[in-house]
Amino acid sequence: MEMLSYKLTQNTLDIVLSGNYVLQNLPDSLPEMFLQNKISEIHIDGAFLKTWDSSLLVALTYFKEIAKKQNLHITFANLPTGVQKLLELSEASAPHLRHSIAPRADFLTRFGDFGVDIFRRIIKGTRFTFDNLKTFFCSFFKTMSTRRVDFLFALDTCGPSALPIVLLISFMVGLILAFVGAVQLQTFGAQVYVASLVTIGMTRIMGAIMVGIIMAGRTGASFAATIGTMQVNEEIDALRTMGIPVNQFLVLPRLKALVLTMPILTMLADFAGIFGGAFVAVLALDIPLSEFIRYAVNAWKLKHFFVGIFHALVFGFIIALSGCYFGIECSRSADSVGKSTTNAVVYGIVWMIVATGLITLVLQRLGI
Amino acid sequence: MMTNVIKAKNLSVGYGTNVLLKNADFEVKSGDIFIIMGGSGCGKSTLLKVLTGLVEPLDGSFDLLGADFLQINESERQELCRKTGILYQGGALFSSMTLAENIAMPLTQYSSYSQKTIDELVGLKLALVGLRGYENYYPSEISGGMKKRAGLARALALDPQIVYFDEPSAGLDPVSSARLDELMLEINENLKTTLVVVTHELQSIFAIGTNSIYLDASTKTITAKGNPKELLTNPPNERVAEFLTRGKK
Repeated sequence: MEMLSYKLTQNTLDIVLSGNYVLQNLPDSLPEMFLQNKISEIHIDGAFLKTWDSSLLVALTYFKEIAKKQNLHITFANLPTGVQKLLELSEASAPHLRHSIAPRADFLTRFGDFGVDIFRRIIKGTRFTFDNLKTFFCSFFKTMSTRRVDFLFALDTCGPSALPIVLLISFMVGLILAFVGAVQLQTFGAQVYVASLVTIGMTRIMGAIMVGIIMAGRTGASFAATIGTMQVNEEIDALRTMGIPVNQFLVLPRLKALVLTMPILTMLADFAGIFGGAFVAVLALDIPLSEFIRYAVNAWKLKHFFVGIFHALVFGFIIALSGCYFGIECSRSADSVGKSTTNAVVYGIVWMIVATGLITLVLQRLGI
Repeated sequence: MMTNVIKAKNLSVGYGTNVLLKNADFEVKSGDIFIIMGGSGCGKSTLLKVLTGLVEPLDGSFDLLGADFLQINESERQELCRKTGILYQGGALFSSMTLAENIAMPLTQYSSYSQKTIDELVGLKLALVGLRGYENYYPSEISGGMKKRAGLARALALDPQIVYFDEPSAGLDPVSSARLDELMLEINENLKTTLVVVTHELQSIFAIGTNSIYLDASTKTITAKGNPKELLTNPPNERVAEFLTRGKK
């Protein structure tokens, strides 16, 4: 059954609404009719309407808009109670918002704003980094507003709790490194050097990088989520209004804990990786364990070890600062904690890779 | 004679180019229960953030306890902050700490009290807000109203001269809301603490307010000042009358 029927009398278009006007799509043939018949008035009658829903309001608004555009007079009759009122409400907007919607800026302005925004973020991030590094080094000489329990809790999160996953991943990386290396080394009959490859690879860089990536995804994300939630709950505002420095209270214990645990985790990851290499060497390449150990010990150099530990220290700073920064910068909306967490991990890993590149370049120049 | 604890001069607040309130001039006198009222989006909470130092104003200045807040250095600001307390909408208690630890935190940070004295003080502050016995509860284990009371106990920990309240009645049932109002009156009367309350709850406004300002979202200015009850009987403009009578005029 048609819910809308049209009747043209002289210059007036009569639209009769009838039946159950529920879940109806917008009528789409009207504009053509108006143009063809040159009408001056629309009269809408709802006398035969039984039930209705919001689609009726949409249709009536549609007729009103067409009438306004075509400069036609529109009248309503016998509409159900409430429909007229709802129509008026749907046209109203918040009084103080009427003039507040700014027109969309042109491309150049938006591009300029984007550049300024990036610049501001760089300044903010740099300031945050320097402030916290200063706090970190000063904390060895003067008392800070840090609770010991917070430091110990962070230490547990960054250390013992992270150890199983660090050991597992590092073992697997050592295993993969040995397999990949063995394929090439076997062609020269030099598969025994897989021990040297795994030992140097793990201690110099791979151990630190793997621990860094795991800790960025695990601990950096956890820092951002925890501090972000505190931001949402106004806990950080409360700290600030109590005059307690956020850097000292929230960032410092986490920074100290991660900087302390990263080198230890890296050392253990190095061992796990070398053990993974030995596993492949002994079981798949038929290299005796004693031979593997001999080659590994010969390849192990203090400088490689310290390069790895230095990387771990730098990564510790990067992950902790990234996690805390994005947590503090979190806004108060529902999805902001998730965004902050993602940013903490992504930026943490990106800056780790950038730092690795820079350190490698400097060490290569220094001949280390 | 009552002295001004806050004196705002030509204060404009907002975010970037979005001005919420401009050229605000007002004074809060010592011992007042000062209400900052207005409809949604008029800048009440932003004004509170400016007064507590969380947001910089767009223009103007204000004196807090006799010091020009925007001219003093960071350490002087922190010193002033310790003379003020704030109760946030949700209490803003640190979720990883018990109620006792939450209240003890400002005391351990800024006083040389022994642990025993701090424990006693914590008990006293909790008793003051009717929460003695809840020392070892975590914020997640208590109701919304209790969280606000605990937040108030923490705000009162250092015996501040001014306590700010951000929408204290928000999310509370009428009985809890009325009890919080009574508590605020008791604190004002017995501790002589100045209370600055951001709210749009009419019952609370009339129950506790001794002085007030009305922020108008459309003009972005203060359009009324004075005792809320007097403003109700003699409204200076239609918007204030509409607000104070819930739109009945």
